[in-house]
Amino acid sequence: MEIEVLEGVFDANEIIAKENRALLDREGAFMINLMASPGAGKTSVIMKTLEGVSGDLNCAVIEGDIAGKVDSERIAAAGVPAIQINTGGSCHLEAKQINHALNHLNLEGVDLVIVENVGNLVCPAEFKLGEDLKVMILSVAEGHDKPLKYPLMFSECHVLIVNKIDLIPHTDFDVEELETTVLKMNPGVVIFRVSCRTGQGLQEWSAWLKKKVDTADKAT
Amino acid sequence: MALTKSRILVHLKSGPLNEDRIQMHELSVTESMLGVVLRHAQANNATKVTRINMVMGEMSTVMEDSVRFYFEIIGKDTIAQDAELNFRHTKLITKCKECGKEFEVVEYDFTCPECKGTSTEIISGREFQVESIEIS
Repeated sequence: MEIEVLEGVFDANEIIAKENRALLDREGAFMINLMASPGAGKTSVIMKTLEGVSGDLNCAVIEGDIAGKVDSERIAAAGVPAIQINTGGSCHLEAKQINHALNHLNLEGVDLVIVENVGNLVCPAEFKLGEDLKVMILSVAEGHDKPLKYPLMFSECHVLIVNKIDLIPHTDFDVEELETTVLKMNPGVVIFRVSCRTGQGLQEWSAWLKKKVDTADKAT
Repeated sequence: MALTKSRILVHLKSGPLNEDRIQMHELSVTESMLGVVLRHAQANNATKVTRINMVMGEMSTVMEDSVRFYFEIIGKDTIAQDAELNFRHTKLITKCKECGKEFEVVEYDFTCPECKGTSTEIISGREFQVESIEIS
């Protein structure tokens, strides 16, 4: 006997992602899901973003790593509440882990929650967390040919941060070609060229993010 | 409330936190798939699941071979053990929001071939779904 099921394998995750969304809406908090390869500069971008919005937005950070709490200690040392999730071998964060973390965070007064996903360009793109924005970082050292190798990540993200832009003179990285390719895959994507080392582009990114959070606040 | 002064650091480990520990991508996805199958099988008082029909989009990051590999391990000792896995693969098809043309996306270029519009919605190719199961 054949039974019709028609159920998505990611449906269970998406139900929890929606619960997270509702929880964040109730608390008036905005959440970004930051994804990139290991070494692209996720934690550095977070540190610079926290600096860039400080005084305007109260932030909290959820750190996803396979092991260790180096990143969350770095964030907490800067005086920002941080939660470390150790996935114990898993290559991505799932909505239920974020749900636990959100329930551990005191969201009262928090405007912006930044989630640092596990360093990986494949799996995190499949798992919705309940975020307002998917932000991905590609660093110059990784090469401009990555979009066609990791199409889901590049076509799903709302923002692409091209980090380590100061390295361009030392490489064959073609930033124009990268942007042309990504815009064909994802015409709505907003692209920032930044360097956490020189500070280039970070003010624009922080100002844009602040505006997004403020606009979302007014809408709720 | 000013939070910048209050330093909190909670360390969550997903092992004790979650009953079902999340592992590599396809293992976790295969577990979800098996969960969907067993729930529907039990709701229909099945004693055995003989076939699982799935739809997998071109853009899905899940690998069919890995799902087969993990299913053999985690399906063991369940009523879905030895079920035949059938995958129907779908192409990445989008619809232009400007002129309404449906087209197959080649090399992830989402530009409409008809009107050069860039605003599109995905019709298929993104899904990973259990379409039906065969039970006895």
